[in-house]
Order: sequence, then C-alpha cells, then structure tokens
Amino acid sequence: MALIEIDNLSVTFTAQGRHVRAVEGVSLSVPARESYGLVGESGSGKSTILRAICGLAPVSAGTIRIGGEVLRHDKAFVRRVQMVFQDPYASLHPRHTLDRTLSEPLAIHGLGDADRRVMQALEAVGLPTSFRFRYPHQLSGGQRQRVAIARALMLEPEIVLLDEPTSALDASVQAEVLNLLSRLRDERGLTFLMVSHDLAVIDHMCDRVLVMQHGRAVEELTRDALAGAQMKTDYARSLFEASADRMMG
Amino acid sequence: MTLLSVENLRVTFDTEAGRVEAVRGVSFSLGRERLGIVGESGSGKTMTGRSVLRLIRPPGRIEADRMEFDGQDLMRLSEREMRALRGPRIAMVMQDPKYSLNPVLRVGDQLMEGLRQRDRLGRAAARAKAIAALEAVQIRDPERVMDAYPHELSGGMGQRVMIAMMLIPNPDLLIADEPTSALDVTVQAEVLRILDDLVRERGMGLIFISHDLRLVARFCDRVLVMYKGRVVEELAAADLLNARHPYTQGLLNCLPRIGGDRGPLPGLDRTAPWAQEA
Repeated sequence: MALIEIDNLSVTFTAQGRHVRAVEGVSLSVPARESYGLVGESGSGKSTILRAICGLAPVSAGTIRIGGEVLRHDKAFVRRVQMVFQDPYASLHPRHTLDRTLSEPLAIHGLGDADRRVMQALEAVGLPTSFRFRYPHQLSGGQRQRVAIARALMLEPEIVLLDEPTSALDASVQAEVLNLLSRLRDERGLTFLMVSHDLAVIDHMCDRVLVMQHGRAVEELTRDALAGAQMKTDYARSLFEASADRMMG
Repeated sequence: MTLLSVENLRVTFDTEAGRVEAVRGVSFSLGRERLGIVGESGSGKTMTGRSVLRLIRPPGRIEADRMEFDGQDLMRLSEREMRALRGPRIAMVMQDPKYSLNPVLRVGDQLMEGLRQRDRLGRAAARAKAIAALEAVQIRDPERVMDAYPHELSGGMGQRVMIAMMLIPNPDLLIADEPTSALDVTVQAEVLRILDDLVRERGMGLIFISHDLRLVARFCDRVLVMYKGRVVEELAAADLLNARHPYTQGLLNCLPRIGGDRGPLPGLDRTAPWAQEA
C-alpha cells in the first residue's frame, strides 16, 4: 500500500460565481521513502495538489489517503505531513525569532525538551546554533530556507511536501539546499512530494515525475524515461526540449 | 563598430553603516551584438545595467573613467540630455512585468503614452503603431490586449508587452534585466526568440542580464561573469564550458542535470583564494 494515494482529485475554486477548475481528475500514488515530482508550467495545478493535501485548497471531488486513511486535517496529520513553501522571505514570521518559530510546533503538540530539540534542528540543517535568537531578516535567502526546512521537520514527519523549495535561490545556494534535502531524506527515511518547474531539479531529486498541464495529469515518467527522453506525449516532450540545456554533458 | 564602451565603472552607496561598493571597476564594450552579464544576487549585474542609463538613485553614486554611447560621454550629459537618450536610444526591460507596468492604466494607454507625448502622434496613429508593436512580439489578439489591464495578462504576455513598449522608439541598445526569469520555460523560449529576431533585424545591441549561466551561454554572443561587483571572466558564449575562472566553473558545476548521478552537488567554495581576493 502506498503512503500517499490520490485518486481522481479535483480542486475547484469559486469566486464571484465563476468556477476555476485548478485540478481535474488527477491520480497518483507514492510509496513510502519514494520521492515523487510534479512538474508543469504556472497554472498547471501542481502546487494546488500540495495545498489540497494540506487542506489549503478546496477538494471538490476525489480522495486523498495518507497511509491508507482518508485525509483528516487534525493534529495527527500535521505530525505526519509537513510542507516547505517556495518563498523563504514570505513563509517565516518576520517578528518571531528562529527559536520561537522552531519551538512553536513543539508547544502546540505538547512535546517537551524544546531547548535540545531546537538546537538539534539548527544543527541538522547546518545553521550555527548562535543563530537561535535571530530574526528572519538577519538571514540570507538560503539560510531562511534552511530554517523553513528545520521548522517542517520539528515534528518528525514522514512526508514532506516541497513547493519549489529552491526556485527563489541562487544556483550555488540551490545546490546546498538540495544536498541538505537529500541528506535529511536518507537519514530520516522521508517521503517527498516535490513541485518544481525545473526538470533538472526534479530529475536530481525524484524517482518518478508527473507532468501536468491545465490542471490535468499529462504523463507520468520514471527517472530513466525522463533522462532517456522516452516520453509519449507531445507536451512532455516540448517541456523536455525546452530544458535541453539542463542535460548531462 | 562600438556602440557602448565602459571603462572602470564604479557604483558606490554611502550608507549609515559605511560605504558599500556595488560595482567595482567594470570595463566592457559592446557592438551590435548580444552581451550577457551573469552573476548571483548581489554581484552588481543589475547595477551595471542601470548605470548605463544613469538610473541609480542617491545615495548611490556612479563613477567611471569613461562611459561612451555612440560618441556621447554619458557621464557628462545633463539630466535633460539623458532623458532624451532613455527610451529612443537606450531602452531597458525590467524583470517582472507585475511591478513595471502601471496597474491602473490600460496596456494600450501605456503603450501610446510615449507616442503621443514624445512623437506627438494623433490618437489613431498612436494606436496603430502600438498594435503593430504588439504584433511584432507575437501577441495574437492585440486589440484585446490594448484594452486589458496588466493584471488581466499572464506573465509571458506582460513581459511581451514590456518588450513591445521598449521597442516602439526603435532603440539602438536594449538592456534586458532578467527578462525571462519570471516566465515558464516554453514561454521563455518564445520571448528569447522574439528578442533574438529583433537584435538581428534591427541591428540592435543587447545587454542581457541574468543569473542563469546556461541560458546566457545559449542565447548570447559574449558573456561577462560578475562576482562581488567585478568582472571575473569574459568569454565567448561558445567557450563557456571551457571557462577558466573557478567561480564560473563553480556556477556551472553546482547545477543539477537531467540524467546526472544524483550525488551531492558541488557547492561553491567561498573560502577559496579567488573569493577572498575578490
């Protein structure tokens, strides 16, 4: 049984009598410890799937199961599933120190030993423990994204949803953050569901990838099929060809 | 023929916390070709582009031994003379159409403003010219776009509107600051093709500022690589894979690749001697 099972998911936003179908009939399943990528252009619905899993987008049809259970957004859920957002400038509370950002989930879930856990979390993401009482504006973009990752891992989740975690970062900082994510995944046996517009980042991180367009699933590719350009649909191929300079060699 | 030559350009900000040097002695020259300026955030690439138009606000200061555009010394021109250059001779496309178009004016009115004010065209003539400009950047239904507000356009459309606006006065030099970074890859390819055609057909010079080394290598003729306000390497785009400078090599190597081995990506060693000297 897969850890994440999404069956025929649709998300429809309604505003001023208009309906926008952001996701239409998308199914996917991710076994434990696999990393699964969602790729597509803006408006393809890839981020909306992550947001639907978190309860941040209205599910209009279909089911999402985590570990076989139909999704309920309770405390147990957030212990299992956490998310890292795209923009490290917007996703951290500007008036909370790192210490407060990192210890808040512990307080909500009644986990003790906050002192030790915060220090460990900083060390795990490669930040000096002297940063503990700093504010986000005192950090660089890459350091902030490390904090966002540390925050997501405070409750020791099994699943981490990553929404363009490196697209706001410089190339060399992106490399550091991707290395960090890979290391944490191996050390903790995490399952990633990752959104990116960059096929090379998806290829580097994920075992399988779902290509999306206009809210629909276009094609699912294994990593080998992607690297070998064995896509069946024209859209997946055009996306691949536009990323040709991301190839090896 | 040299269109622009810059010698020892420096941009300095005097702040309360002391002096910050954003650009430290940059020299380059440009003909009717595509020159890429690449670097990470804070490398001074945008400041270099803005300096050419003297668009640095105080407390920022621009200094240069020479900054000559088509025989005119940009450092000595009056503000009034600079204004006559900006737009008709040297134009700039900014990164994000969301922040660069006026959100409360229809696209058509923004496109026609210059034609009406500067070229003294009548309404109908200005409209015809604006529509032609939108067609030149491959906008399929220019009439609809003319009447739209910027928020009604997608990112790719907005960026094409910006390019159309900059090209109306037919400038000799276009400075494009990350013109495709906010766009999807397929739209990005389309915008690049439009820019490329324009450079070729109109014989325009282009300064293409980007953080994306591979994109610049594919698109430009020549590349300047900047780090901490200095040009650390200048090379023909075709030679990028043979880059000598450790920073250029580092920037190339730290990128993941499709079909790569998924091992840890090499980071940039900012403690290496080259980074310390810079």
